[in-house]
Amino acid sequence: MTQQAAAPEAPAGLAVRVRDLHYAVNGRTILAGVDLDVRRRSVTAIMGPSGTGKTTLLRLLTGQLRPTRGQVEVDGQDLSRLSRTGLFALRRRMGMLFQQGALLTDLDVYENVAFPLREHTRLPERLLRHVVLTKLQAVGLRGAWRLTPAELSGGMARRVALARAIVMDPRLLIYDEPFVGLDPVSLGVVLRLIRRLNDALGLTSIVVSHDVREITAVADHCCLLSGGRIIAAGPPRALQASDSAEVRQFVRGEPDGPVPFHYPAPDYAVQAAAVR
Amino acid sequence: MRLATDLFASAQATVRAVGAYALFALRVLAAVPGALPRPGLVIAQVYNTGALSLVIIMLSGLFVGMVLGLQGFDLLQRFGSEESLGTAAALSLLKELGPVVTALLFAGRAGTALAAEIGLMRATDQLAAMEMMAVDPLRRVIVPRFLGGLIAMPLLAAIFSLIGIFGAQLIGVQLMGVDPGHFWSQMRAAVEVGDVMEGAIKSAVFGALCSLIAVHEGYHALPTAEGVGRATTRSVVISSVIVLLVDYLLTAVML
Ligand SMILES: Nc1ncnc2c1ncn2[C@@H]1O[C@H](COP(=O)(O)OP(=O)(O)OP(=O)(O)O)[C@@H](O)[C@H]1O
Ligand SMILES: [Mg+2]
Repeated sequence: MTQQAAAPEAPAGLAVRVRDLHYAVNGRTILAGVDLDVRRRSVTAIMGPSGTGKTTLLRLLTGQLRPTRGQVEVDGQDLSRLSRTGLFALRRRMGMLFQQGALLTDLDVYENVAFPLREHTRLPERLLRHVVLTKLQAVGLRGAWRLTPAELSGGMARRVALARAIVMDPRLLIYDEPFVGLDPVSLGVVLRLIRRLNDALGLTSIVVSHDVREITAVADHCCLLSGGRIIAAGPPRALQASDSAEVRQFVRGEPDGPVPFHYPAPDYAVQAAAVR
Repeated sequence: MRLATDLFASAQATVRAVGAYALFALRVLAAVPGALPRPGLVIAQVYNTGALSLVIIMLSGLFVGMVLGLQGFDLLQRFGSEESLGTAAALSLLKELGPVVTALLFAGRAGTALAAEIGLMRATDQLAAMEMMAVDPLRRVIVPRFLGGLIAMPLLAAIFSLIGIFGAQLIGVQLMGVDPGHFWSQMRAAVEVGDVMEGAIKSAVFGALCSLIAVHEGYHALPTAEGVGRATTRSVVISSVIVLLVDYLLTAVML
């Protein structure tokens, strides 16, 4: 039940196409057969409990990690066949918001946002400043342009990172947990920004989040990742109305159900008795 | 039997580590041309690493020179040739102590800072973020720091030696009463361009090694606080041992 929205053999309409993706580190399987289609110009949410491999999946989508098996296509290009140059060319059309912001600590806010422009373009300084300040204005931090990353709160750092991610006007924008640590006002701003960027610039967005309420408000399409697979996918309302116990449990945030809250563990009595 | 397999395993690990270093060095060298169009980045790093180590280099140079003055005077006096103090101090500083002690201090001060900085960039996803922005961290972060260290080291070693000679003069001439005319004229007559070159070559090689080790350890640090700490320690330990080993080899070749 992975994909009913897109016609299966229409990769032209797909920004990302993942087939049978497997990934393991240190002998531990994290992803076991993920299939995922992301349609162009859509906002696709990837939800799932903490530690299921959402960040890992994003790293595989962007070629930061190599899958142990399976295929990832971005913009119709098979990542495993791309050279490093090809991958870099592809990434210039992508923006990624890292979970912790990942701002460059030796540059201030302004220079962080200007970084991709300085590396890839030769804009005159006046134009560059205009672009950077516009993006900072969009995330509400134009006044913070001379602060260093150490002087920012976690939520501010994430917003600066968002400004940096959109400064090159990417076609595909990937957000890893954009809502964590945001106050209600900035959260509303970022939510609206995701939608507005998506619609105004015609880009494709992938948003990883476990804030079900927030994300279902902006997403066109939701995927639920659990146990190394996509266990449900569809429009948000379909997910909320799902009759699968796993999906209901996650979407409603119930502690008991088939989605495990606990990391795999031995029997409690055995573990507790095994002192020394 | 057990010992043999352990020895074999550790030899294997050493070979692998050396291989990894060689490969990394090649990758860094291959990225050097890509970094040259932005000399500003390199100059900033020369300034960074140089400024970090300058004060300790100057202080250590002075003290080492003063000790040389004392020891040299005591030794030379037994042969009645105190006037050679200047030559002895200058040669030992230029050829040996300058490059080696500077390299050890450099590894302890600038090298650890480099390894920690880069390790932290790894741990906080800054290097991954650069990769995602289609910027090669090797070219943008590693090469400028490597070149910065490579350039800063000979300059620091020169400063160390000059201040060391001044320190030796301070003790020998001012305190012990060696004739200043003899001190300087003997030195000028005995020290040749080749001696200065030997020191310059050594310090450039040590600069390359220390910087390479520091950036390698930082770049390959485990992305945790502990991993960064370990990388920092490893960089100073490995650098120190390698500097002393290579110093022997270079001395044997150039003598
Ligand atoms: N380098 C690694 N070595 C070993 N295990 C790893 C490594 N990286 C990630 N993992 C494991 O992979 C699993 C998935 O990690 P990942 O960061 O992708 O989770 P996540 O879904 O993004 O979680 P969160 O919502 O908390 O960010 C985790 O259980 C983690 O223990
Ligand atoms: Mg994550």
